[in-house]
Amino acid sequence: MFRLKKLIPLFIAALAPAALAFSQPTEIVVAAVNNGQIIDMQRLTSHFEQANPDIKVTWVTLEENTLRQRVTTDIATKGGQFDVMTIGSYEAALWSTKGWLLPIETDESYDVDDLLPVIRDAVSHEGQLYALPFYGEASMLYYRKDLADKLGFVMPDNPTWEQVREFIQKAHDPEHGIYGVGLRGQPGWGANMAFLTPLVHTFGGQFFDMNWKPAINTPAWEQAIGFYVDIMKKYGPPGSTSNNFNEVLALFNEGKCAVWVDATSAALFVSDPAQSKVHDKVAFATSPTGPSSKGALWIFSWNLAVPASTKKAEAAQRFAKWATSKEYVRLVAQEKGWHLVPTGTRKSTYEIPEFQAAAPFAKTEQRILNGIKSLDDQTEAPSPYKGLQYVVIPEFQAIGTGVGQHISAALAGKTTVKKALEASQKLAEREMRKAGYYKK
Amino acid sequence: MSYSRKKLGKWLRALSAWVLAALLFFPLAWLFLTAFKTELQAIADPPLVAFAPTLENFAEVQVRSNYLLYARNSLITSVASTLLGLALALSAAYSMAFFPTRRTRGILMWMLSTKMMPAVGALVPLYVIAQKTGLLDSLTLLTLVFTLINLPIIVWMIYSALKDIPHEILEAARMDGAKLWGEFRNVVLPLTRGGIASTGLLCLVLSWNEAFWSLNLTSARAGTLAALIASYSNPEGLFWAKLSAASLIAIAPIMVFGWFSQKQLIQGMTFGAVK
Repeated sequence: MFRLKKLIPLFIAALAPAALAFSQPTEIVVAAVNNGQIIDMQRLTSHFEQANPDIKVTWVTLEENTLRQRVTTDIATKGGQFDVMTIGSYEAALWSTKGWLLPIETDESYDVDDLLPVIRDAVSHEGQLYALPFYGEASMLYYRKDLADKLGFVMPDNPTWEQVREFIQKAHDPEHGIYGVGLRGQPGWGANMAFLTPLVHTFGGQFFDMNWKPAINTPAWEQAIGFYVDIMKKYGPPGSTSNNFNEVLALFNEGKCAVWVDATSAALFVSDPAQSKVHDKVAFATSPTGPSSKGALWIFSWNLAVPASTKKAEAAQRFAKWATSKEYVRLVAQEKGWHLVPTGTRKSTYEIPEFQAAAPFAKTEQRILNGIKSLDDQTEAPSPYKGLQYVVIPEFQAIGTGVGQHISAALAGKTTVKKALEASQKLAEREMRKAGYYKK
Repeated sequence: MSYSRKKLGKWLRALSAWVLAALLFFPLAWLFLTAFKTELQAIADPPLVAFAPTLENFAEVQVRSNYLLYARNSLITSVASTLLGLALALSAAYSMAFFPTRRTRGILMWMLSTKMMPAVGALVPLYVIAQKTGLLDSLTLLTLVFTLINLPIIVWMIYSALKDIPHEILEAARMDGAKLWGEFRNVVLPLTRGGIASTGLLCLVLSWNEAFWSLNLTSARAGTLAALIASYSNPEGLFWAKLSAASLIAIAPIMVFGWFSQKQLIQGMTFGAVK
């Protein structure tokens, strides 16, 4: 027994250094999504630390889904592991009402009125800011200008889906490796449903009626989803049900799609010669509209928020403000180049001539973002909810993903659109009943 | 006739072994190749086999994360949890193998049954306990968790190893006046060295590769190499080459280690279950 006893203190001693963390400057831990622009922020953090020697920033960067799970666990249990979190606009809207996020006060130098109103609205609750938008995106139409020119087709700045369909049909040439259209097909509330919810809105449909009853088994949904399944089956690439943003981006960059509708954040990648074979052939337009003039667009932002469980609120907020300031935009431009600055949050960014010159998509992106006036006037008939490509209720993740799976099955040809929507309606009704929105 | 048929059978067996080995090895080989490609080469269609290798992915991983910190954490947690697990399991298995009661069988089964619960089911309770005890994001917590999740396997493996020792040898040792500790050290340990070594190796590999808990219970300080990999997959933009590079440097140490200890590992994987 003697030897074993001797080993125990040794064992503890071996582990002890990890438990000790010296804290000369205040150390803040930032949990962040690993998108390109946030990785740039991580690299530029030394500038912040030089200007704020009393703060040391430690980064935990994670893939988006892992990050969501990780920060949700922490914030819901008041774990206090993170002082700053990057969160989406969906989480910002839900968490601010629960008191999980600290309200953020800004001073004049931050110029909060410079934020795009609709982006600011997405992270505010009763007029109070709860997160600071870092970059924002809407949806955009990407198309091959060279093919349009060859076919004598002129794409309007604000096309309708009928016009786009005509181009898709003409440009479809699978024998030469070009598919008319590439769109998301992978099921998930943040995957295919991010594209399909605005499509349903602009075809005159909506997720819920004024009594929070799901309205999925309606003619408007059938038209929208029928349209989507039809063009994807006729003119889409094979295996679309496994395609999300990244997969369609890769196809588009390889020159295999004539049309793609997705987030404005892709503009950077498709016009980058290092990543895209079609960087000089791509042109941009607004997301196509359907029969209804409303709701064709989506909007999303990554934001920096400070959880209520932090013990270093002041330092955390100072960092969040720095990373979303006008000065930060200039810093990125200076260190990385104007085409890499985070966009979609501040009006002033679009006014900078150097940015306009470096980013061919700047004008279209600005026009699209300015076109979105509010987050709750997205449906033809009145609806009770806020959100363009999602519905700001906690139940939406489950409902959106379930509906996405049924639609994906219809796209794969395993069921019909009508049956898929019937099943979706049942699923949504069950979830809403379970959540207590209504009794029967 | 029978000779050539025998020969054919031998050839067929050898061939299928090679095919199987190639199939198993292919993902690793592809990971290795992709780690040295640029992001555009990584997604090229048709896939590239010959290309000018680049080290830029490794440089990128090095710039973005502190590899040595993660490697140190992996090393400490896997070694410490293996030692702690062996210490606990040896005593448990000793009593179960040599002093069985009518509940021994049931206890063994119950231990194994804990492996059947999905880990995420215990996430929130464990997270709250760790938070209240101030152990979140610490190597102590990870070591304990790794020990506990591997314990059923270690106990089972050591139990089978101990079962192989004939009772008479122990009785003879006791007759010669050996006390418990002496019996354990001079008789039991030497006889089961192979079994203990292979159990330890397996446990080391399992702890090294554990990803769920090391990702969910750590933030800035105690993350292991498995958690590091999670920083490099990405639903927006190209990432295959960077992810491959991160994976390669995460698994390289344990693969080299595994290569040198193949013999013990194979013994460990086969000696318990088939007997």
